[in-house]
Amino acid sequence: MVTFAGYEMPLHYRSGIISEHLQTRSSASLFDASHMGQAFLGGADPAAAFERLTPADVSGLHDGQMRYGLLMNGHGGIRDDFMVGRLLVDRRLYLVVNAATKHADYAYISGQLTATLSVEPQPDRALLALQGPKSETVLSRHSAGIAALTFLNVAETRVAGVAAIISRSGYTGEDGFEISLAAADAEAVARILLDEPEVKPAGLGARDTLRLEAGLCLYGHDMDESTTPVEAGLVWTIGKRRKLARDFPGAERIMQELFRGPVRKRVGLRLMERTPAREGAEVVNSLGERVGRITSGGFGPTADMPIAMAYVQPEYAGDGAELAAVVRGKPRTAVVSPMPFVPHRYRRRTG
Amino acid sequence: MDEIRFTESHEWLRMENGIATVGISRYAAEQLGDVVHIELPVPGKTLEKGAEAAVVESVKAASEIYAPVSGEVTAANRDLATGLGRISTEPEEAWLFRIRMSNPSEAERLMTRDQYRDYLKGL
Repeated sequence: MVTFAGYEMPLHYRSGIISEHLQTRSSASLFDASHMGQAFLGGADPAAAFERLTPADVSGLHDGQMRYGLLMNGHGGIRDDFMVGRLLVDRRLYLVVNAATKHADYAYISGQLTATLSVEPQPDRALLALQGPKSETVLSRHSAGIAALTFLNVAETRVAGVAAIISRSGYTGEDGFEISLAAADAEAVARILLDEPEVKPAGLGARDTLRLEAGLCLYGHDMDESTTPVEAGLVWTIGKRRKLARDFPGAERIMQELFRGPVRKRVGLRLMERTPAREGAEVVNSLGERVGRITSGGFGPTADMPIAMAYVQPEYAGDGAELAAVVRGKPRTAVVSPMPFVPHRYRRRTG
Repeated sequence: MDEIRFTESHEWLRMENGIATVGISRYAAEQLGDVVHIELPVPGKTLEKGAEAAVVESVKAASEIYAPVSGEVTAANRDLATGLGRISTEPEEAWLFRIRMSNPSEAERLMTRDQYRDYLKGL
């Protein structure tokens, strides 16, 4: 057990991080993600109000559609990342934010409170993540019609007889579902899913190795208030309409960076000498000059080698650039590599 | 008689003819979880008791392994690199390195198995 954002959480269960990681890639795992912040944004036009804090296209969401976005500060820095979906009932928005930032996020969003926006945190909702290629097969036994959802669809439905908001999403790079339900129902539903032969429990450790292999940023590590979406390679989260309108916090800086290029860029690194390089390790060029820093790093069980994310000067950010990460005083060869390290296997809509 | 000794930093050590064989305890192995890489000392290197001798990397973190006694490294278990799982499954067989002790009395001050068991209870 470890303390994470004020929550006591399992780093791993009995079988260990690598086994839980591989289980997720080959079958299905259940993660308790109840520490995440869940909220409803209501009112006459919550999307328009929320857009004052994010460059994501929130107004353009269709009913039952979800998307990933960034909550911005006025300097173009990232306050948090989130998932936001448009629910069918009352056209409310369903928001999921990080555990460590949730209270600050709610306060920040409430600061935009107008007649058109109400923020309703949902501390009594739990969040279960069922992740892996067998997730659909498993969940279909307990939630009729769930297979009709494709990647980043969200629906108010039922699972094992109780009400739930289920989205086809996750942070592992695999197909899967996130199940939001009343905390009082969560244990029973979790046990039902864990009773399925395809499913085993997985903890924070595997969640971290899976998202790292998937090339997904961990807030507070791979991005923070001093990081811009351009540096982080998250420009794709900025809606086209939003870019033209420049109507989000930090828009001037971000648009300038888009045209002139950022001073640093997030890249993937493969460590060629088997020694993992972890958060905080310096990245140097062939002359030994410091050109960046690792923000997440460790061993990738599916990649079967140490991998990392780093921010480096743009001239070193090209795929194949040969750099080194300094571990215990020694430079270890690190090659800039495209992300994800392990291909995403989302169930996207076809045709 | 069990000749194994333990340190407070969870290394084990076995002595034979003035050579100490060193590994990590079952407790340490359980704390580390899956081991993914090790860095071992180069034979010929002289280590002071308490000096960093090796590194065991798990998925979670890097853990330094300290020399439980002073002396010269005579061997490193290179074969372990292809069977890292042994550190978890049979930690008291999966030795890391050997030291020719320059001061064997240092080993006498280490914990016996019973003393180490009591020490773990107090953690």
